[in-house]
Amino acid sequence: MERVFGKPAGLQEQEFHYCPGCTHGIIHRLVAESIDELEVRKRTVGIAPVGCSVTAYNYFNCDVQQAAHGRAPAVATGIKRVLPENIVFTYQGDGDLASIGIAEIIHAANRGEKITVIFVNNAVYGMTGGQMAPTTLLGQKTTTSPFGRDAESMGYPIKVVELLNTLTAPVFLARVSVHDPKQIVKAKAAIKKAFSAQVVEKGFALVEVLSTCPTNWGMAPVEAMKWVENQMIPQFPLGILRDFEEVAR
Amino acid sequence: MAERLMMKGNEAIAEGAIQAGCRFFFGYPITPQNEIPEYMSRRMPEVGGTFIQAESEISAINMVYGAAGAGARAMTSSSSPGISLKLEGISYLAGAELPAVIVNVCRGGPGLGGLTPSQSDYFQATKGGGHGDYRMIVLAPASVQEILDLMYEAFVLADKYRNPVMVLADGLLGQMMEPVTLKEFQDLKIPAKPWATTGVGENERIRVINSLSLQGEGLELINQRLQQKYQTMDQQEVRYEEDGTAEADLIVVAYGTSARVAKSALDKARLQGRKIGLLRPITLWPFPTARLRELAEQGKKFLVIEMSAGQMIEDVRLAVEVTGVRANLFAKLNGAIPSVNEVYQAIMTTADKGEI
Repeated sequence: MERVFGKPAGLQEQEFHYCPGCTHGIIHRLVAESIDELEVRKRTVGIAPVGCSVTAYNYFNCDVQQAAHGRAPAVATGIKRVLPENIVFTYQGDGDLASIGIAEIIHAANRGEKITVIFVNNAVYGMTGGQMAPTTLLGQKTTTSPFGRDAESMGYPIKVVELLNTLTAPVFLARVSVHDPKQIVKAKAAIKKAFSAQVVEKGFALVEVLSTCPTNWGMAPVEAMKWVENQMIPQFPLGILRDFEEVAR
Repeated sequence: MAERLMMKGNEAIAEGAIQAGCRFFFGYPITPQNEIPEYMSRRMPEVGGTFIQAESEISAINMVYGAAGAGARAMTSSSSPGISLKLEGISYLAGAELPAVIVNVCRGGPGLGGLTPSQSDYFQATKGGGHGDYRMIVLAPASVQEILDLMYEAFVLADKYRNPVMVLADGLLGQMMEPVTLKEFQDLKIPAKPWATTGVGENERIRVINSLSLQGEGLELINQRLQQKYQTMDQQEVRYEEDGTAEADLIVVAYGTSARVAKSALDKARLQGRKIGLLRPITLWPFPTARLRELAEQGKKFLVIEMSAGQMIEDVRLAVEVTGVRANLFAKLNGAIPSVNEVYQAIMTTADKGEI
């Protein structure tokens, strides 16, 4: 019988530790499928962040370096400069990339490092137990904004893709979501393209993926998917902001 | 033919690294070490290497982490406040067991401190600095030639132990010029690094560079293994230079710039008939504890010269005071170089009265 669906070679034979309803598993799979389809697994090096996906090295079936909190783009820079033929990607959450690591991501993007960044935005610090993130929505209650995020004293959610879109160097910038099958298909296309930017040696590519955190949001998985659609997307509009192929045309 | 030329200390740090096969330098401007990134920015392209001026000291050390993990000889340099920022990365390098070289051209602190030479980062360099139970070899050159030689040693030791190595200089050593012999391009036996993340290729097993251990006794076992490694370094890598210690009544203990001043001062004291020896630690960690204790057991007196409030004195005391001998301190606090005359006075007083 012909096998039409299976685990991508880009993932190890491991069960995910992620909470029920968390979309890290889907995003891991999309990354692994992209690596498989581009046939680059054997020359890929991933960088695991600090956060829920800190143990990404247990899942991705490629060489991985674990980085200090927020420093993944700097670590990726070091790796890519030593191994320019390799495919180097970071996988980072919103606390890691948009808070403590905001300098590293802006400057890696500005240098046009030929790396791929998968930025998982679930509007909360997941691993540490649901504290406010730079991407937390206004009014959103977290363990460190118990009365809801207040713009007056806590500022506004940071729109990372729009921020990076002010820079000249990046070649691919997109925001996608994985809250329903249609969006998953679009997310896959964007992630694959972000990896292909390295295959054709173009430059810096980042995909922001809106993600759920049912545990820390205090929601059931289905409810969390709806929250992404109804609450997050209006704040973080989906779309491809920059595409090296569009520019070439 | 070995080439003889004049070289500035900071340039020797950079050229020494190049000679040692370092092809990846990541830095950030801070005085008094700016000649290092400046030199690297023009020299690296000549040898097919990479120079990046990072956005911060933090990024620079993490670029080193990535490059070292990918199998390259990589380094960064900075001065005291910048080294404070790198400590997180140094702890990660130690935890993930990555070889790398970090140079501190030390200046006065605390805080922004000043730009003048200092030795007040001894504690930071030798007692951890960053978090966790880690150690690193700390090499302390006292001349431009020794800077060249120790840069090579630093990379060899880093690879040998898969551990960060620090070269601790100061603003005077960085800024002064001396004649040096640029040795023949040394035989670069860079060891194979099968653990490096270069892409799995045809290997079955993936490689992971990591310092996280969440389960069971994992972290305890990792730390036990690390401690064994540090013990091996402590037993095998102690380096120091002695001058006239066998016949001396008083041993002056000093490193780097202080040792240069001490040497001039004790030569002067010897002319006055005093029997003075010099013990100059070249490795500040591991420290020449055993040798100092041996000298203490021979009934010698000790005087430590430091450009700080007295930091190395604590290690000297740990070494000698179990024998009932007291170690004396001459401390130069204000970010200035002690004069030969004031060190000479300290030596004479200690030699004649037993203490200062």
